[in-house]
Amino acid sequence: MTQQGWSKDEMARRVAERLKPGSFVNLGIGMPASVVAAVDPEDGIVFHCENGIVGYRALELDEQPDPATIDAGSAPVGLIPGASIVALDQSFAIARGGRLDVTVLGAFQVSEKGDLANWKAPQADLAGIGGAMDLAAGANEVFVMMRHTERSGALKIVRECTYPLTAPRCVTTIVTEYAVMRVTPTGLTVEQLADGVDRAFLQSVTEPELSFAELVTA
Amino acid sequence: MSKGVPVKSKIVASRHDAIAGLESGHSLLVGGWGGIGVPQRLILAAVQTAARNLTIVSNNCGMGQAGDVGELFRAGMVGKAIVTFPTSPKAVEFRKRYDANEVEVEVVPQGTLAERLRAAGAGIGGFFTPTGAGTPLAEGRETRVIEGREQLFETALRGDFAFIRVHQADAMGNARFRLAGRGFNPLMAGAAKVTVVEADEIVPVGSIAPDDVHLSGVFVDRVLGPEEIGSVEEGVE
Repeated sequence: MTQQGWSKDEMARRVAERLKPGSFVNLGIGMPASVVAAVDPEDGIVFHCENGIVGYRALELDEQPDPATIDAGSAPVGLIPGASIVALDQSFAIARGGRLDVTVLGAFQVSEKGDLANWKAPQADLAGIGGAMDLAAGANEVFVMMRHTERSGALKIVRECTYPLTAPRCVTTIVTEYAVMRVTPTGLTVEQLADGVDRAFLQSVTEPELSFAELVTA
Repeated sequence: MSKGVPVKSKIVASRHDAIAGLESGHSLLVGGWGGIGVPQRLILAAVQTAARNLTIVSNNCGMGQAGDVGELFRAGMVGKAIVTFPTSPKAVEFRKRYDANEVEVEVVPQGTLAERLRAAGAGIGGFFTPTGAGTPLAEGRETRVIEGREQLFETALRGDFAFIRVHQADAMGNARFRLAGRGFNPLMAGAAKVTVVEADEIVPVGSIAPDDVHLSGVFVDRVLGPEEIGSVEEGVE
């Protein structure tokens, strides 16, 4: 039995709620890209892209896109007042050099220790890394935003990753359609459950044993 | 009253002059990220040469756009690709060659690729980075614990040629990029023996204020402007 949980937009809001005002944030390809549209512009969050854009925003409705401003997935974006452009070496200096507060990435698997696997399926003959390894190794915090399980039902939140790692022990927060979880030294702690999702169900789709923060009900 | 400095112009007459000397076995650094900042006319000129078994260094293996690195795979010119993201579903020409075992691929993290190119341009042999430590990339590689963190040794990456796309350039090779068109371009410009710039616009020497030059002409050997003066009868556009 599955339970419904949050929509993709609601998941983006769960991520956005956890970004500190004024922080520097990178968004990966796919589901994480939607977070840019979920933040309050008043919070002054500065979105960084691997391509060297520091300070992008979602396009306005009816806004004519500039082909030279794109996000990590090559989708058109706009620039905020005060945006800047750097070359690729400085873009990744931002990531590795401690200036990037959060990167939000998708994942194949996340372990209870915060190991991230998101670049290569074990059976793939070839896979792309892109910026994922630099971002995962470099950002101060890695948020994973993903579906809780594979379509096949295979679990993605596991005790040990069986997929090749992107970076060890880097994930701090996992947001899925069912819950928000924090990686702690003693394992995964559920911070928030989606409406209609109960503890027993969440545990049944999660390999490591979960603990629940005090405010979490159901 | 300042005298004009005699400038030996780096502007070439045609795309074919721009890439003269590109030969089989060369390594070729190709700018561009996500379809922006791609030196399309230089790539299309290269396709018309007999150069084969090139090692290309690029962010990806093509996105199905005219004039992107996919053209080099289509033409069967590539023996090895050093890239960060070869697996776009749009990289059809690459995939054909890869599946036919004609192309060797080295996949490199994007920030590591940038830094390897920067190191080459800076005359630095290599560096240690935390990127890739604790992953399959580190297997069999030299690592060192620095500041309490495992780091992976990476070497500089040089090219025989670099194809660079810029927004504006002058006859000295001073150039400016536009927005996300910058990308790898300035790093590759420093890392090659022969750096060829494809400019959207040629501007008079001195018209870009010194503080506004993104890429100094010292890194540039040849400039191809939008107007090709010489022979273009072989043009493929």
